[in-house]
Amino acid sequence: MATTSITIDETPRVRSFLALADDALILGHRTSEWTGHAPTLEEELALANIALDLIGQARALYQATGYAEDELAYLRDPPQFRNALLAELPNGDFAFTIARLFLVSVASDLLWRGAMGSDDPDLAAIAAKAEKETAYHVRHTAEWLIRLGDGTGESHRRAQDAIETLWAYTGEVTAGIDRAAWLRVVSPILVRATLTQPADGWMQSGGRDGRHTEHLGHLLAEMQILPRSYPGAVW
Amino acid sequence: MYSQALNTKDTAAADSSPQADRFQARIDAEERIEPNDWMPDAYRRTLIRQISQHAHSEIVGMLPEGNWITRAPSLRRKAALLAKVQDEGGHGLYLYSAAETLGVSREELTDQLLSGRAKYSSIFNYPTLSWADIGTIGWLVDGAAIMNQIPLCRCSFGPYARAMIRVCREESFHQRQGYEIMLTLCRGTAEQKAMAQDALNRWWWPCLMMFGPPDTESAHSDTSMRWKIKRFTNDALRQKFVDATVPQGHFLGLTFPDPDLRFDEAAGHWRFGTIDWDEFRRVLAGNGPCNRERLSARQKAHADGAWVREAALAHAAKHRKAA
Ligand SMILES: [Fe+2]
Ligand SMILES: [Fe+2]
Ligand SMILES: [Fe+2]
Repeated sequence: MATTSITIDETPRVRSFLALADDALILGHRTSEWTGHAPTLEEELALANIALDLIGQARALYQATGYAEDELAYLRDPPQFRNALLAELPNGDFAFTIARLFLVSVASDLLWRGAMGSDDPDLAAIAAKAEKETAYHVRHTAEWLIRLGDGTGESHRRAQDAIETLWAYTGEVTAGIDRAAWLRVVSPILVRATLTQPADGWMQSGGRDGRHTEHLGHLLAEMQILPRSYPGAVW
Repeated sequence: MYSQALNTKDTAAADSSPQADRFQARIDAEERIEPNDWMPDAYRRTLIRQISQHAHSEIVGMLPEGNWITRAPSLRRKAALLAKVQDEGGHGLYLYSAAETLGVSREELTDQLLSGRAKYSSIFNYPTLSWADIGTIGWLVDGAAIMNQIPLCRCSFGPYARAMIRVCREESFHQRQGYEIMLTLCRGTAEQKAMAQDALNRWWWPCLMMFGPPDTESAHSDTSMRWKIKRFTNDALRQKFVDATVPQGHFLGLTFPDPDLRFDEAAGHWRFGTIDWDEFRRVLAGNGPCNRERLSARQKAHADGAWVREAALAHAAKHRKAA
């Protein structure tokens, strides 16, 4: 890493890998922010597991682009990131964190299942491993969403708030898959959680084209500080 | 990450009942004491205190290292650090479970930590100021933890000994990983090497304090020795650590912040200068650089998580009724 920025030839393949990888990295990074602050010790370990899976998926995908993983993660500016906006939103409370992970994981799981049969051998191999991990993320977060939705008045209110705020960001997440298939998994869990499913209305988007929320710049400023401050250093 | 020899005196009078004699005979025969076996109250209290202090240390120890997860300088380092901090949480969980076999609940122990009544290792009240601190903590703090904990793998109390076997395996992995971070920094740019030196300067003396007060001040470890909870004195472990660590530091090309450090050829030991025990007592008493921050971070996590734990209980209760 002798430079402080990189230019990428975004072929359609590279671009689709970056979208998947950036989703995983940014969401993994957000999830890792919980470390040391989770509501129970067991959940501390579970959230770290999920973050580790996501960061591992991001690394495998970056590596498959032919660019150095650390250059992609640490030397791109916000407009070069291709993640969905949903991934970069701040963690909020535990209900928001769980609801987001759930909504994204359901989409990812469908996507990985489709990609397992891909002609691209890198993608097929990554998908096979990622699907197993993601199926666990879906299970874990669905169980929590049900507990929170069907728990106390406060937890129900927080979970409902989270779903309503997040809903407008789900369009971008389901753009590459069949939204009806996504809803077939999401809706029954919301029912079990006694949560009201918001109507599909205006959807936020822009992340895939590098038009992000205000939050990504802060996240990257923190994440990238060392490689940016010491160009060329090896860590 | 580690159990500190805090040596709070247990004032229980020596028990000389036939039961106590049989118990001591079992200990002397290197038998393992299991949770349902008879044991003197003071033995139970000592273990609860030591194991829970150790568990609290693992949990509070997640905070200083957690401080660098979002700023780890490569994806490989980010994943390794996150996994390491997760391991420490796992150690905490494992140790709380070992303490629970002695008849206390995790809630009680957590309450002792959050109310400031329980102690945890003084080392975690120091700040992590640069990435080199992450290397230094792995190398020195996990290194010191291993020195303390290897003998605990033969502790007379079965659940603690068994927990330590697994924990030590992971701590030694952490130690190697930390040293490898230091090696990379010391072979890197001048700025990186300066970062490594600065971290060693700040952490060296607090790490020596991790072994607890000098033997001249800690007569209470006699009972722990007799019960085979403790097998080496604080000073013996400290010397072992210094002997193992100083050559590692020199191999990195670093210097130690101790003008009195010299090799004693005759004895085969590295002799070191005087430890500032006032600092040690001050930090233990709550006046270290980060005591308040660490405790309030734990209190905040607990308070913020209250509604989540209540929701889980409420849901489980509904579910039980329905079933
Ligand atoms: Fe540990
Ligand atoms: Fe430990
Ligand atoms: Fe450790």
